[in-house]
Amino acid sequence: MCPRPRSERVVVIGAGHAGVQVADALRAGGHDGPISLVGDEPVLPYQRPPLSKEHLAPGGTPAPLPLRAERFFTDRRIDLRTGVTATALDRASRTVLLQDGAALPYDVLVLATGAANRMPAVPGADLAGIHALRTLADAQALRAGLSRARSVLVVGAGFVGLEVAAAARAHGSAVTVLEAADRPLARALSREAACHVAEVHRRTGTDLRLGEAVAAFTGRRGRVTGAVSGAGSEYRADLVLVGTGVVPRTALAAAAGLPVADGIVVDEGLRTPDPAIYAVGDCASHPSVHTGTRIRLESVQNATDQGRHVAAVILGDARPYTEVPWFWSHQGALKLQIAGVRLPDDENVLCGDPATGRFSVCCFRDGRLVAVESLNRPADHMAARRLLAAGRSPEPGQLRDPAFCLKEFDREQAVA
Amino acid sequence: MPKVIFHRAGGATDVVDVDAGSNVMRAAVQNGVDGIVGECGGQAMCATCHVYVREPHLDALPAISEDEEEMLECTAAPRDERRSRLGCQLTLGAGGLEEVEVDVPATQI
Repeated sequence: MCPRPRSERVVVIGAGHAGVQVADALRAGGHDGPISLVGDEPVLPYQRPPLSKEHLAPGGTPAPLPLRAERFFTDRRIDLRTGVTATALDRASRTVLLQDGAALPYDVLVLATGAANRMPAVPGADLAGIHALRTLADAQALRAGLSRARSVLVVGAGFVGLEVAAAARAHGSAVTVLEAADRPLARALSREAACHVAEVHRRTGTDLRLGEAVAAFTGRRGRVTGAVSGAGSEYRADLVLVGTGVVPRTALAAAAGLPVADGIVVDEGLRTPDPAIYAVGDCASHPSVHTGTRIRLESVQNATDQGRHVAAVILGDARPYTEVPWFWSHQGALKLQIAGVRLPDDENVLCGDPATGRFSVCCFRDGRLVAVESLNRPADHMAARRLLAAGRSPEPGQLRDPAFCLKEFDREQAVA
Repeated sequence: MPKVIFHRAGGATDVVDVDAGSNVMRAAVQNGVDGIVGECGGQAMCATCHVYVREPHLDALPAISEDEEEMLECTAAPRDERRSRLGCQLTLGAGGLEEVEVDVPATQI
């Protein structure tokens, strides 16, 4: 493919991790044309991971950490527009319409619209005191609420729910977590790792209720007082955090006739069927070399790596996107790290002893290592990232030797 | 007010005042010091806030945690056994460092 002229007009919709990375990498890669970066939140683009961690911790840092300083955007001639929503795409005239009436013409458009929280459609879901967590504004409201709450109910034992549960325990609140599945993090983690996570939270005093979905929220004078589960149990709480997953923000793409199937559908170069339009990050569904299927990932690593990749593609690089996905979650003293992508039928082999609180679950598919979940074992995680990127794998049987060490294996393989 | 002095790879120097409790990565990102990325938001997960601490400050640094140790093995610029640290793990003030002077590596990714 021929490199595109470096003077093209690029518009990026979404100023989260992915969108900012696209603009940064385009300039760093020598793109000389106009770049507009449009974000719907009225603040300088900021880091999301701390919002569910340090930001909520007692004595934590309430000031948001910017993704880049303000002068980064001006120095690099990036036209950053915050607090503005894109309302429509006109693909025929290659124009994005903004809520403030502006029309931005583009030669290349990158959709980095992210995802929105999914709220359970149950009675009482609009009561005051029910929080979700995605944006800085959400985090500020939650932080204020947690400092006063005596009892906290978390709906959904996903990453956000469990990180908030750990923060609420650190604040001294009584914490109950309702989860519809039979284990926490059921979608993301192996059963072996998930059971350990459940135990860790229970040991710190969190009342983890598995197999219980929320049926309704209860309230008084417009404010939440608790919830009733599907099993009919009643839980009282003066603060509720709903963490029941997200939906990709695809409305703009869908309305413009672009294919959408749990995310904006892109090819291995992160391009939609319209050659002028790309999609990256939480909103994009891409074909993964790691699973052989389409996947949509919700992570900072995916957002930044896809942002960098799409910039390279726009500048003429035709290589497919193949980065190894990785992810982390800090829940109190538990540090969970995941490298690779696990599928439900993979074979899981323990590396280390869960009783020590430090172990990894190595996931094999057809005898090859495809993912590693590490619990308080950072050395395993980094070794896994290197092994997966290089396509190297131990035999599942090797892990049964108690002396087996993923980091040592990686070192030996790298030398060999 | 605690202070961080950044010596950038190109030769320029930035002197940044920081709030107590902040850290070297945060100071760099908030003030637009080129060459420090902080991709993971200060969680010791990415090694893109790698710095080389100058000699006079080495004794005052906090111990290297297990997480940081692993990341320091994966820095884009070569690790210096004595001087390499992650900026996000170097807290200023609040019982931490009052001043620190660091060299910013030529590359982070």
